[in-house]
Amino acid sequence: MQIYDEMRHDETVRTHYARFSRWLTAQPPETIARKRAEADLLFRRVGITFAVNGDLSGTERLIPFDMIPRIIPGDEWRTLEAGLRQRVQALNLFIHDIYHDHDIVRAGRVPAEQVYTNAQYRPEMQGVDVPLDVYAHIAGVDVVRAGAAGEFYVLEDNLRVPSGVSYMLENRKMMMRLFPELFVQNRIAPVAHYPDLLLETLRSIAPEGVDDPVVVVLTPGMYNSAYFEHSFLAQQMGVELVEGKDLFVDENYVFMRTTQGPRRVDVIYRRLDDDFLDPLAFRADSALGIPGLLTSYRAGRVALANAMGTGIADDKSIYPFVPDMIEFYLGEKPILNNVPTYQCRKPADLEYTLAHLPELVVKEVHGAGGYGMLVGPASTQAEIEAFRARLIARPNGYIAQPTLALSACPTFVESGIAPRHIDLRPFVLSGREVNMCAGGLTRVALKEGSLVVNSSQGGGTKDTWMVD
Amino acid sequence: MLSRTADHLFWMARYMERAENTARMLDINLEGMLLPQTPEQEARAQRSVLRISELEAMFEERHPNSDSRDDMLHFMVADQRNPSSIIACLHATRENARAVRGTLTTEGWETINYTWLEYNERIASGELQHSPDTLFEWVKYRSNLCRGVMVGTALRDDAYYFMQLGTYLERADNTARILDVRFADAEPNSREAARQLEDFYYWTSILSSVSALEIYRKVYRDVVTPSRVVELLILNEQMPRSLLASLDGVCETLVKLRTPNSNDCERFGGKLRADVLYADIRQILETGVHAYLTQFLKRVDELGMRVMRSFLMLPLA
Repeated sequence: MQIYDEMRHDETVRTHYARFSRWLTAQPPETIARKRAEADLLFRRVGITFAVNGDLSGTERLIPFDMIPRIIPGDEWRTLEAGLRQRVQALNLFIHDIYHDHDIVRAGRVPAEQVYTNAQYRPEMQGVDVPLDVYAHIAGVDVVRAGAAGEFYVLEDNLRVPSGVSYMLENRKMMMRLFPELFVQNRIAPVAHYPDLLLETLRSIAPEGVDDPVVVVLTPGMYNSAYFEHSFLAQQMGVELVEGKDLFVDENYVFMRTTQGPRRVDVIYRRLDDDFLDPLAFRADSALGIPGLLTSYRAGRVALANAMGTGIADDKSIYPFVPDMIEFYLGEKPILNNVPTYQCRKPADLEYTLAHLPELVVKEVHGAGGYGMLVGPASTQAEIEAFRARLIARPNGYIAQPTLALSACPTFVESGIAPRHIDLRPFVLSGREVNMCAGGLTRVALKEGSLVVNSSQGGGTKDTWMVD
Repeated sequence: MLSRTADHLFWMARYMERAENTARMLDINLEGMLLPQTPEQEARAQRSVLRISELEAMFEERHPNSDSRDDMLHFMVADQRNPSSIIACLHATRENARAVRGTLTTEGWETINYTWLEYNERIASGELQHSPDTLFEWVKYRSNLCRGVMVGTALRDDAYYFMQLGTYLERADNTARILDVRFADAEPNSREAARQLEDFYYWTSILSSVSALEIYRKVYRDVVTPSRVVELLILNEQMPRSLLASLDGVCETLVKLRTPNSNDCERFGGKLRADVLYADIRQILETGVHAYLTQFLKRVDELGMRVMRSFLMLPLA
């Protein structure tokens, strides 16, 4: 399989990497080693860590940071950005449609049973109007380059509580601290204004009649794997970081408990899944949520970002229909590719999948974080057979895709510098307008040959540069 | 600000102050070793460290019948299961800080986080065994640094004042305990009590433990006498670790934090401060320092409870 190398083409360094490559060759190995140690120390001191889910000892780990940036040339970025804006716009229209008039279902473009029997469909949201008709205010769309030509493909639309943006910002800060000269030599688009864009987005969705909204970030707490990011964003925006127990609902309004007494809250950037938001409406055992929040939300007294029920649009069983949505709602051709997807609920697709397991990537429809998936080419015969049994038992729960030859980027490894597979998660902010920072979070699979970039599975991160 | 945030900041500051005072106390105890001591004196010094923090029972449970100095030091410095050990205090400081890291300045958070990380490295490298005085110096230094960073970088808002409140309240408690420890040990009016009062080295060590020996010299320009030490540490408003100065800090901070609910707390603090301000040193010595400090500690504890009730407990929905 031909792999697209981000930095080189037939041994020639690509133009957008030329300057960096010259700089890199000129660095003595001791300098690099010293800078790597310095970066590690800085990350530890700053406490940029993530807790491992399910590890109750509260162990904190650093996400490995790689000092070789992933560079995207300006013209490619502009195409990518246009494609992402188009896609997120269509997805927002889709969610609004699903919870209102169901046009796309009635037009026969998306099968009704895929929507209304989906675990991610929230009947509570049916007919509820949300501010500006926007649902997915923060989207973190996973994009990869694949094939010999390095075309962009969208792998997943993360529309619930996508994380990782703090690493985008901290990685940049780290690179600027370690190698300021690189930022003098190269014209690298800045990303530090992301928190301002986020705050602007959140303020724009305030309930009607609220001119100076009180915005808060809702976290499950300090033992959540993304706690660092929650506190980081709250701090950068200058808003309170709250837990469920800090909030309560009275007469349909949401208040936080302060030393000066209750204070009304207008917009909640929640980093908590739908299921945990309101124990009265969803999981009764959730100690993380706020009793009565759903009622307040439905009455329009408080705004949530993202809205409840966005999972219906980023579900893997809905993913194959996104190009149709773009055509249906916008009348445009999709700019970005979807990965061809076999829906195992269809007998023909299941049959194909079962016959080609060693070549395919099979994913759980509701899975996330790289858990519960099969990467055929990287699995043993026994693993494949075990997965086959699960697949046959519950075909509705899975989709399959061809294994993409993800592009690779030079990365520091034990033996020196070697190519490792990467992906990209740009963030799209939708409020009164749609905003993006140039770049995103680049994740890298540090194990040789591995295609799984998730931090929970041993992935690392890189700074991402858009250069002109 | 959020009640929960205030709570974390208050306790963050208290634990840092406690870690520092424990280091001060242990450092002085070590210096005492350099002086000629009878075995009883040494054992008593040991016990007093535990007694100060009301930890005798727990120590006995962990190290039955031990009067080993190493056991005591390990228990007070590196035993995570002892909630008053330096390591437990620094951990609690750091966890409270982490829960509100967005409220702290970046420098503030990094200073606290790094203190925790480096303390663990120092313990792992065996510094407690080969140079405990360096370790204690370092803890004091880091606590000074953390406080200094807050003073130098933090916005003067409620967050800052809740930290101040925690620091002053804890300091009032800790200074009283340091002063009380040997009074508590001896029966009032016994011969032993009399002898202790005469003990020059004992009194100078008390002064050093709260960085007050030089201050004493400056204020009195005279020999060290017990009544003056007691006066300095209880009544001198200019001596930053005295009971009065700590209560001044508490009361000034309470004014800044005033809410419709905090009246009761402010009055209680003001009354306690007034009682110290107008206290008569001769009377305190006559009725017994231990009795005086015992009621003082009780009232400081009650003040802490009222702070919790006025600001930190989450009002019911």
